[in-house]
Amino acid sequence: MPPYRPARIAGSEITPESSYFGRRDLLRLGAAGAVALATPGLALAATDLAAKPGGYGTDEQLTPEADVTGINNFYEFGTGKSDPAEKSGDFKPTPWTVKVDGMVAKPKTFDLDQLTALGLEERVYRMRCVEAWSMVIPWIGFPLAALLDRVEPLGSAKYVAFETVVRPEEMPGQRGLFQPLPWPYVEGLRLDEARHPLTLLAMGLYGKTLPNQNGAPIRLVTPWKYGFKGIKSIVRISLTETEPPSTWNKLAPSEYGFYANVNPEVDHPRWSQATENRIGGGGFFGSNDRPTLMFNGYGEEVASLYAGMDLKANF
Amino acid sequence: MALPALPRRYHAASIWLVYALGLAPAAWSFYLGATGQLGGNAVESFEHLLGEWALRFLILTLAISPIRDLFRINWLRYRRALGLLAFWYVLMHFSTYVALDKRFALGVIAEDIVRRWFITIGMGALVALIPLALTSNAWSIRKLGPTWTRLHRLIYPIAALGALHACLSVKVIGPDLMVYAALIALLIGWRLVRPRYMERKRAMRLARG
Repeated sequence: MPPYRPARIAGSEITPESSYFGRRDLLRLGAAGAVALATPGLALAATDLAAKPGGYGTDEQLTPEADVTGINNFYEFGTGKSDPAEKSGDFKPTPWTVKVDGMVAKPKTFDLDQLTALGLEERVYRMRCVEAWSMVIPWIGFPLAALLDRVEPLGSAKYVAFETVVRPEEMPGQRGLFQPLPWPYVEGLRLDEARHPLTLLAMGLYGKTLPNQNGAPIRLVTPWKYGFKGIKSIVRISLTETEPPSTWNKLAPSEYGFYANVNPEVDHPRWSQATENRIGGGGFFGSNDRPTLMFNGYGEEVASLYAGMDLKANF
Repeated sequence: MALPALPRRYHAASIWLVYALGLAPAAWSFYLGATGQLGGNAVESFEHLLGEWALRFLILTLAISPIRDLFRINWLRYRRALGLLAFWYVLMHFSTYVALDKRFALGVIAEDIVRRWFITIGMGALVALIPLALTSNAWSIRKLGPTWTRLHRLIYPIAALGALHACLSVKVIGPDLMVYAALIALLIGWRLVRPRYMERKRAMRLARG
């Protein structure tokens, strides 16, 4: 008979001391919780998400969590910056599946556990919005390459297409008279961009699962590109031979390119991209202007992807 | 439709009330911004709020005479206050851009005004508002006579430019902005059909004897 070995307990399963000592409060809260669950429009709190430290960091100051989760562009919930935080309470990010198909040897539909199992790590990235503001965000996620390896892209696959969920009943921006964008929101990357080690599928930030307003339960993060490339609440990833459509590019091709690499030398036709407003804290002097860096400061890692390309023409 | 008339002795006080209420949003959000309660992008939020109120006051200014024509409610006595509030909000909007947003980087500001269409347009509207604000007093009306009326027709292109400036500054025109732009178009459009409408109204009144 083999010796008895107790099952290994993951760090994430250990009840934090504060919760242990607060267990009676938790019982009391139970009643309130039942009310909260029965009340639509009340966002469920994000849960802790364990991750190992990733290789990427920055010594820049993190953008406060309240701003990362309070100032968002997620038009499925409305066009205002605070709409996503205020109007995403009805959205249900679980259960969830991501269908990966197209030019792959092994198409597969992943559930959240299978995605989490690809190995979560924490990475601190700069995020530069095309509207000339920026943040520094501690993401939790796994490299997109890890997912692509599982489905084995065919030799003919050249691009990766992404698609956001369409749920008008849970996403107020997708219903009603005023529809700012065609749904679903779609994005795309060249396969080599998609396989780049910096390209992350994020499932959390600030140590917790993604809040609805940040693209729960899974979103793309490409830190050297403008933020709109970071498609949220992904339901489908397809490998294609031709360049897939990208929502903003289709809407205004003269203003938003397919590549959308951060480039201080190529202005938006209506505003400058030379500087950015780093969001941080409240007050009139909380945020500050700084020069925008080529490839958002990730040139050393990604510039080779675009060797020989005219970045003014392919913006 | 007719409202009970406000007794004459309250007219002056009610106009001062319009000024006070009109400036309250700017004062309140300045307080919020200065004390760190206006979110993580306080300067932009404040700037947008001032611009939005400027549009609202422009709309109210333009709405006074159609309200009189269509509903026989005479709020003409508030029009100067509303127009001046629009001017002050535009001025505060611009000052916030210069002082808090660009921190007096005059080179950058000059370049913005020349190169960015939506800023050029907004600047044009602000400049055009100055003579209107300066002549918004009884003395100027007496002094200028019919010229005053012609001069103050500038408010129509100003309102149109203001709406255009707002629409060009955003990635996508949201529902609020769409409503403002539509109202401004409607209020300007009303001026085109107004002579015919008033003539018919007069004819009908005459026919009824």
